Amino acid sequence: MTHDDHDHDHDHDHDHDHHHGGDGHTHPPQRDHDAGPMSAYEVLEETIRSLLIDKGVLSADEIAAQIDLMDSRTPALGAKVVAKAWSDPAFKAKLMADTRGALLDMGIDIGTLAEFRTIENTPDVHNVVVCTLCSCYPKLLLGVPPAWYKSLAYRSRVVVDPRAVLAEFGVAVPEGVEVRVHDSTADLRYLVLPMRPPGTEGWSPDKLASLVTRDAMIGTAIPDPGLRAAAE
Amino acid sequence: MSVEAVTAQRFRPGQTVHVIERPALGHCRTPWYLRGKTGVVASVQGAYRDPERLAYHKPGLPSQVLYKVRFLQTELWPDYPGPASDHLEADIYEGWLESAS
Repeated sequence: MTHDDHDHDHDHDHDHDHHHGGDGHTHPPQRDHDAGPMSAYEVLEETIRSLLIDKGVLSADEIAAQIDLMDSRTPALGAKVVAKAWSDPAFKAKLMADTRGALLDMGIDIGTLAEFRTIENTPDVHNVVVCTLCSCYPKLLLGVPPAWYKSLAYRSRVVVDPRAVLAEFGVAVPEGVEVRVHDSTADLRYLVLPMRPPGTEGWSPDKLASLVTRDAMIGTAIPDPGLRAAAE
Repeated sequence: MSVEAVTAQRFRPGQTVHVIERPALGHCRTPWYLRGKTGVVASVQGAYRDPERLAYHKPGLPSQVLYKVRFLQTELWPDYPGPASDHLEADIYEGWLESAS
């Protein structure tokens, strides 16, 4: 019972300063989240939620608690897992063999709805994850998926021409490296373990984690210390 | 895994399998683009309740063995633009597979 398939991307990012008053600068106000008629899905969600509460199946507290749980799962949590795998060979071995158990060792409970597998990028194989049927994603670790992960364009194109899609993300996979697409069609959710970048010897787990982006754990990015340095 | 009834595991890793070309509709986890295609069992992923029955409020038993099947991209798309060594993997339930060897 979450609202995670409910994206409101209104493209109203305003980077410029606002000086309203007298300069003739006008623009439409940002649309309120709940302005206008509800969509059919919003009506459906509200109706079912109200019925479940009225009939005592769920309480509002339980729904809020589940939303809080989902909000506590973020790419930063996944980055900690990756950094630990880079730093601790025994943990990495367990993560590869028993992802659920390794995450539990870090205090991360992935629940019972799906199993997790970790797939490791190597010098020979670059992995990328998709769900062509819907939007299966390791939510109990990484939180809600990005909107593009659920888009028809990504879901259909990454299986047909993954190298072109990866290139659009800025990932150039050399000809000699296999691209392996993982279509998470069933009960398993996939976490990509990226390769530890060269030049990061001696880095602390926290500093390593700062390199690991959400997309790196989907397979659509490569951790890059140069980008981190440029951002500082 | 649970101790519920499970179908016997018919395939082993390394075995060549064929995805049955069956016009199933409804809540089905076998993508259309893989039906009729041939791949190799990469690993056995355990056994899970059958989603095609679970989706319609049935118990989904016996549980179905789930396989990770590895396909050559050139098997899926005759005009695949990348190297012939690229692969795609998907999780396919046993009831959708038959031996191709």
